[in-house]
Amino acid sequence: MQKTYSQPTSRREALGSTLRRAWDSDLAWSFRHSPMAILASFTTLVFFLLALFAPWIAPQNAFDPGAIRLEDGFLEPMERSSSTGMLYVLGTDSQGRDILSAILYGSRISLLVGFASVGFSMVLGVTLGLIAGFVGGRTDALIMRIADIQLSFPAILIALLVFGIGRGLIPPSQHEQMAIIVLIIAIGLSHWAQYARTVRGSTMVEKGKEYVQAARVMGRSSLAIMREHVLPNVIGPVLVIATINLALAIIEEATLSFLGVGVPPTQPSLGTLIRVGQQFLFSGEWWILLFPSLALIILALAVNLFGDWLRDALNPRLK
Amino acid sequence: MRIPVLSVRNLYVAFATRRADLVALEDVSFDIAEGEILGVVGESGAGKSVTGAAVIGLIEPPGRITGGEIRLKGERIDNLPLSAMRKIRGKRIGMVFQDPLTSLNPLFRIGDQIVETMMVHLDLSAAEARRRAIELLGEVGIPAPEQRIDAFPHELSGGMRQRVVLAMVLCTNPELIIADEPTTALDVSVQAQIIALLKRLAKSHGTSVMLITHDMGVIAETADRVAVMYAGRIVEIGPVREVLKNPRHPYTQGLMGSIPTLTSDAERLVQIPGSMPRLNARPPGCAFNPRCALAIDRCLCERPPLVGDDRAKVACWLVEAEEGAEQRGEVLS
Amino acid sequence: MVAYILRSTAQAILVLLAVGLIAFSMFRFVGDPIANMVGQEASQADRRELAERLGLNDPVLVQFGRFVRDVAQGEFGVSYRHGRKVSDLLMERLPATVELAVLSALLAVVAGTILGVYTAIRRDGWLSHLIMTTSLVGVSLPTFLIGIGLIYLFAVELRWLPSFGRGQTVKIGWWTTGLLTESGRKSLIMPVVTLAFYQLTLIMRLVRAQMLETLRTDYIKFARARGLPERRIHFKHALRNTLIPVVTIAGLQLGSVIAFAIVTESVFQWPGLGALFVQAVQFVDIPVMATYLLFVAVVFVVVNFIVDLLYFVLDPRLRTGRALATG
Repeated sequence: MQKTYSQPTSRREALGSTLRRAWDSDLAWSFRHSPMAILASFTTLVFFLLALFAPWIAPQNAFDPGAIRLEDGFLEPMERSSSTGMLYVLGTDSQGRDILSAILYGSRISLLVGFASVGFSMVLGVTLGLIAGFVGGRTDALIMRIADIQLSFPAILIALLVFGIGRGLIPPSQHEQMAIIVLIIAIGLSHWAQYARTVRGSTMVEKGKEYVQAARVMGRSSLAIMREHVLPNVIGPVLVIATINLALAIIEEATLSFLGVGVPPTQPSLGTLIRVGQQFLFSGEWWILLFPSLALIILALAVNLFGDWLRDALNPRLK
Repeated sequence: MRIPVLSVRNLYVAFATRRADLVALEDVSFDIAEGEILGVVGESGAGKSVTGAAVIGLIEPPGRITGGEIRLKGERIDNLPLSAMRKIRGKRIGMVFQDPLTSLNPLFRIGDQIVETMMVHLDLSAAEARRRAIELLGEVGIPAPEQRIDAFPHELSGGMRQRVVLAMVLCTNPELIIADEPTTALDVSVQAQIIALLKRLAKSHGTSVMLITHDMGVIAETADRVAVMYAGRIVEIGPVREVLKNPRHPYTQGLMGSIPTLTSDAERLVQIPGSMPRLNARPPGCAFNPRCALAIDRCLCERPPLVGDDRAKVACWLVEAEEGAEQRGEVLS
Repeated sequence: MVAYILRSTAQAILVLLAVGLIAFSMFRFVGDPIANMVGQEASQADRRELAERLGLNDPVLVQFGRFVRDVAQGEFGVSYRHGRKVSDLLMERLPATVELAVLSALLAVVAGTILGVYTAIRRDGWLSHLIMTTSLVGVSLPTFLIGIGLIYLFAVELRWLPSFGRGQTVKIGWWTTGLLTESGRKSLIMPVVTLAFYQLTLIMRLVRAQMLETLRTDYIKFARARGLPERRIHFKHALRNTLIPVVTIAGLQLGSVIAFAIVTESVFQWPGLGALFVQAVQFVDIPVMATYLLFVAVVFVVVNFIVDLLYFVLDPRLRTGRALATG
């Protein structure tokens, strides 16, 4: 008798149907009916575009010391440069750097580090999760124990530690150039465990299903089975974690930079700008602190609210 | 005639939803006399539990009483303020829930929970309350009650826990006990013991009982009278023996067919075809008409009222037609 | 219970050894321990001799054993940057961090529980909605921005509270406390609130969700049917059941208060361990980093242990488990 196995889905088919399902599903409906989600994703998108096109939009190249005029320091919002007549919409800092341009360029760094570290932790976590779930045994126990221990420590501590070790391993002359890469790795390493846990769970479930066992019997390699059958099934939850972690990563980067251990001062991110601005809290130059802070708050809030909505929309039970 | 302990008249309960009110109870009326055990039987969703909850004033929102009245010893209780109702709950009306495993708070000793109930309602010293609690535990058949009084719920079996619940309900000597499927969650062997205990306790304390169950067998053994509910209404009510021997509503007849008896010579148990309509999908006319083999045109468009004398009532057009004909002396051959 | 304690102790030792291994690897393999001690101009022979004396040529496992022994005796080496024994630095800064963390933890637990219960009982009240919305915005904000906001409001604009430092402290033995002077107490307010905020919202949400869950259980329904007053139902029957799962997560969160203090201490220039750690990271001061890591691990293990014991106190079901296990 011919036994029918549940339909093995190829990766492309699965992805295509995931997208199609996503569009037809309650998700799209829920999005269209959630003003919060629309506003949050719109804000995120605007930030993303502004950051991407910063070199064309910003009045000044905030990373180029040559473009900054020291004599324009501490100008209030809407003041003009005494020499070039350039309008500083949000004022300037002590060096004469245009705050608006600094924010645009700073968001660029914040989003770059955010996306890159989320990508890094996602790849690392999904890979380790697949291996743990599929291989099982001691490998599984080892990976999950490490994940458990790491999950009980705050991410910021792990990131600081990794950052410090990274700096210890790199010769001091290269600290500046490597800073952003070390930062991405540090933040990425502090978030992989959550992906690994989720993916391991789904992998164990899929592994037990008939079509995966059928594929095994047919002699497909473990790697191929994982890629074709298991991976498409974990994309949904992984994307939810990634969205929420993007907000966390942006905040983490800002925090590290605020602590003075993140990006070098020559390439300030939003956190660095706030660190600098804090020095002028008592002297009355409020705009140096206020505008970068607002930018960070809006960005973090928008990504966070979008992530919250996504999680609730995909998991109505959690409400 | 004496005032009944519980008197429910034309009770309506509705659950508000976003679209419309779903009517859970419709025109429910019945009495329970002193010392009487009224069995309330029906499928799940028929409105049995809602009736019990309405009597004790614990309908879960968004449900609410939308009409009718409930009287306890002649005193209206359905519109009492919360503080006054609280003094009736647990003191004059006790309630036993389905699952003894989850009815007791797992973090407190059973004795403390019984004593707590007494101290809230009765004017007793703690020592006196404890003494009575031990006495009651003995009465409900808990061995070594002096030691068990300090046990935590998880240290007792399901049957023992339901006995504890009965002791807790009896500790204030209520006039009425509402027992909502008190044995469904228990082992079959324990079920009969608990039912027998309930019956014995009700008799010795002179307590009236409203026994809610879907088990006709339990009703037959325990109840004095029975009310059969279907889709939010009482379709037949009367003395147990009469209803069992001569069920008049086609639904009751169907239920009777589903009790296995040793003497029955029927080869198979009869099943009622179909299932009870959901709250939002009740057909017009008699709610039972889609499943009724005997339905006539009138059943499809007009809802039959519950009619009869004080002893027994039924809501069915067929019975009405039959009896009407009898009265007019038109029964031929 | 004995078996249980033994098992969790074994687990704790395992975790500490794992963290110790990381700390040891940092000492041994990050940067050059010899260069850090004698400087660049030392001769090859000097270096070899020093390496021999420090035992750097021994098998790694022997070195690790020695490291564990030293640590157990409170010997953490010398800070590269401060040139002082790390154990001295640690002791000097410990009181500031402990005072900050313990007060924050208390505030977070007490206020979080009260607000959580309130928002669960008055589920649809406007105040509950306000509290929930505020907490949602609050968790999205980086801690340091909350701190800066507080400084701006209470130190710059209102001039009520000092913006940095511990104020005047009193020495009691080797411990220093800010609780006995007015300036010390004033200095604590903003850092404590800042540090507590995130944990507070978290505990509040947790208590609320768990309380709503508990209020739906049968024994609460039965308690209502027994005619118990609502206050008693909420605060005696429901709250205690709510707190059991909350204790675990809250406990774990509170352990992290120590680590989260890193950021708060930097914002308020609080002379604690967190600020020391941040400096250590900036200057790659490995002994200080490794010691701080060990310190946090110990705090976590201890907090975990206390949480486990609390479970026994709160839940009688586990206590009988003990009776069965031992008897």
